[in-house]
Amino acid sequence: MEHEITLVVNGAARRARVPGRRLLSDCLRHDLGLTGTHVGCEHGVCGCCTVLLDGEPVRSCLTLAVTVDGREITTVEGLAGPDGLSPVQRAFEECHALQCGFCTPGFLCTVTALLRDNPAPAEDEVLDGISGNLCRCTGYQNIVKAVHRAADLLAEERAPSAGEPPRDGEAS
Amino acid sequence: MSTRLFGEPVRRREDRRLLTGRGRYVDDLGPDALAAAFVRSPHARARIRDIDVSAALDVEGLVAVYTWEDLPERVGRPLPLLIPHPALTHGRTAYPLARDVVRHVGEPVVMVVAADRYLAEDACALIHVDYEPLKPVVGLEEAAHGARLVHDDVPGNVGARLLQEVPGRDGRSAREAIEEAPHTLAFRLDIERSASMPLEGRGVHARWDGTDLRVHSSTQTSTSVRMAVAAALGLPLPHVEVIAPDVGGGFGVKIVHPWPEEILVPWAAMTLGREVKWTEDRREHFVSSAHERAQVQYVRVGFDDDGRVLGLDVTILHDHGAYTPYGIIVPIITSTQLLGPYKIGAYRVEFSSIYTNTVQVTPYRGAGRPQGVFCMERTMDKIARHLGKDRTEVRRANFIEPDEFPYDQGMIFQDGRPLVYDSGDYPRMLAMLKELIGWDAFERRPGRGIGVGCYVEGTGVGPYEGGHVQVTSDGRVHVSTGLTSQGQGHETVFAQIAASELGVPIERISVVTGDTRRFGYAVGTFASRAAVMSGNAIALACRKVRAKALRIAADALEADPADLEITDGTVHVVGTPSASIPLATVAVLANPLRYAFDEEAARATQFAGASAPDRPPVAEGDEPGLEGRDYYSPIRSTFAAGMHAAIVETDPLTAEVRVVRYAVIHDCGRLVNPMIVEGQIHGGVAQGVGGALYERMVYDGDGQLLNASFMDFLMPYATEIPRIETGHLETPSPLNPLGVKGAGEAGVIPVSAVIASAVEDAEGFPVDRMPISPSELFDLRRRHATG
Repeated sequence: MEHEITLVVNGAARRARVPGRRLLSDCLRHDLGLTGTHVGCEHGVCGCCTVLLDGEPVRSCLTLAVTVDGREITTVEGLAGPDGLSPVQRAFEECHALQCGFCTPGFLCTVTALLRDNPAPAEDEVLDGISGNLCRCTGYQNIVKAVHRAADLLAEERAPSAGEPPRDGEAS
Repeated sequence: MSTRLFGEPVRRREDRRLLTGRGRYVDDLGPDALAAAFVRSPHARARIRDIDVSAALDVEGLVAVYTWEDLPERVGRPLPLLIPHPALTHGRTAYPLARDVVRHVGEPVVMVVAADRYLAEDACALIHVDYEPLKPVVGLEEAAHGARLVHDDVPGNVGARLLQEVPGRDGRSAREAIEEAPHTLAFRLDIERSASMPLEGRGVHARWDGTDLRVHSSTQTSTSVRMAVAAALGLPLPHVEVIAPDVGGGFGVKIVHPWPEEILVPWAAMTLGREVKWTEDRREHFVSSAHERAQVQYVRVGFDDDGRVLGLDVTILHDHGAYTPYGIIVPIITSTQLLGPYKIGAYRVEFSSIYTNTVQVTPYRGAGRPQGVFCMERTMDKIARHLGKDRTEVRRANFIEPDEFPYDQGMIFQDGRPLVYDSGDYPRMLAMLKELIGWDAFERRPGRGIGVGCYVEGTGVGPYEGGHVQVTSDGRVHVSTGLTSQGQGHETVFAQIAASELGVPIERISVVTGDTRRFGYAVGTFASRAAVMSGNAIALACRKVRAKALRIAADALEADPADLEITDGTVHVVGTPSASIPLATVAVLANPLRYAFDEEAARATQFAGASAPDRPPVAEGDEPGLEGRDYYSPIRSTFAAGMHAAIVETDPLTAEVRVVRYAVIHDCGRLVNPMIVEGQIHGGVAQGVGGALYERMVYDGDGQLLNASFMDFLMPYATEIPRIETGHLETPSPLNPLGVKGAGEAGVIPVSAVIASAVEDAEGFPVDRMPISPSELFDLRRRHATG
């Protein structure tokens, strides 16, 4: 039996007809064409499939799509703003915090939520915050660096007059 | 100069798409493709009595079910033995789908194609295979005993046996040298299985349009997959294209090819006339791709009072699993790279490569080197302990000196060529490492130890790679090379090389790798070879393009080509910047035209006066277009090197090992992009730490892999990896134009040796088996406490 569901994905209402067993990860990737969310283990350990559900990081490979009918979902495709990459994305680029890029969407979603809740995390809080995401390429060092860098970029954005001048395209 | 980018930490050009969810991995392609799934053997060794698919036929959305008997003769043949070697006397490969017998858990038996993966798996679950289970061969020593056989026609389960002997300068054999040495030691070492374990598994997508086959595969070698697919399906090569799109990590496992799925999925697409896709799930990756590492080593060493090795005799049992598609490359590398940065008086190494009823063993980052380095570095530590000397002093006493290069180790390397080191400075490297970690000032105490490990890595093996460089009439530069990328940043480093060679801003350069539509000749990405092989090939191709650009510009500017240079994409006369012509215009002039499709093109048409009327528009021996192709084929490998040190703390109660500091000195010749090289080192060390402390493949006596999930196979998270401190030494390779050596695999190579050395130092008893878990360390403590 199929179910008609509506997901608010990256700010837009999206409808899909899915069987009850359809995973949210598969629904996003294959029904809605949002292939930025990756699946690395299908059992909730690697964190590649992490998306934000009503702002909170969840494993989309452990979530049935029908159970999130009507909820808001942010995927990696929804992180960048109209001005370009988000501070977290920019920090990952600056710090060489990705190599093959497969785990990256999960890290970006996780870190986006982490820094929203804790804008200036200490080193052990950063390690704790990303300790549910596996990366096989980077050895994590540059990811940790990127989290701190993203915290700095976010702080600059919040107080443009106190720090850096506003960037091009930003209202001052 | 803005285009002098070689050696700069240029930000990666692949990141933008990967950060915004616009990467294209295999499973992102073909949204309407049919899905393939496989019924795989649940037994490690069994005869197939019958396969009953009838219950599956009612599954809604089912399209096809195939067993081995359904395959045409050509498709159903055993998979190729990729690297034949005279010593591999009993090489065996699998059928794409099992024929009569299965030899490891996970071997594919039936392929199902259905409307989507859920339905395909529904059908798989309804297929009944009647097996006659047989007692499997599990464990190296049991297999070497040969009481039961993995392949009925392979006596003793021995696939290969290879002996290499290098006599000492005095002509004595290793065994003679050991007999007569002032000191001798004998011991056994064990290393367990681990695996590459990229976060993206394997995947294949195939599309057949009635004439041409297009295959996307998550592979480290698209050119060779293409040839293998064309051969298996009986298609002419020009009608098959294979593309490695974004690949979510490889680390060695994806160099194996053709996988059964790489043959079967394209065949199904052709047979059904539909797009077909298969995406490996994690359990499939554990039980049906490949593992590495497992060896048992028996070592005898003779040495003098200074710790200089006079003779070394190593006998290796190597577990290669159920099949040998990749030949015996791993134990060959172990046995040759074992020598590291040392001059060994006389050396004898013999390995037996053994069949077991487990997943096949093929290269994983390091490819046999971690085992060899573990052996040599444990040996160095034992010599130091025996003589009461500092461990670094013993290593120093055995080093090849900087003035002894090129240094011939007297063996045959994995490329079939002499093992001759090109360059290096090992004493300086060790001095840098000791300084970085603070070796001499280290305060040892129970539960806190320091360890060291050195290695030499043969990198950039041949036979060749190529590069193609094309400047189009908009001034953009299009670079392509056949080898593939799995996250190494090739688009960036190859663009840096092209920018530096051509004098063009990097923003105008794009790079394509692993797409046979763009470049058909290549070997693949492995053995830290991309920067050496494709990097140099691209540099050479750029030099051809540059020479042609200068020749055409010289004509247009009425100047001598020797007086021209290219800066910021413009050719100009040195010292006279006003006498210049953009590379875009040179590209236009390089292609004499009849038709003016745009304003630029009009300059090259036949009435524009671009060519002299008394000469052919395209000169003899010349070609239209501003493009060039070249190949780099080295006489032999380059040899990178590194030395690592770690400080560990061991918990007195829980026996947990914590790496407190980790230091790396690394020499990969000239650095193209230090940021990327450091990233490669970090990632390698992290995999090394996983292999030293956490990762192992746990097979039970029935050949079941007990930990085939990320819940039970423990890969390190951020919380397990120490901060890695790095220092670089650059001894350029004299073998190639760029002087580079390659860096991809390096980081992982000595880590097990280094951690073992440090744990041994902290605990005061030998550590001869890796990885070491808390419970194993706890057991060792108990054993040594009771004597």
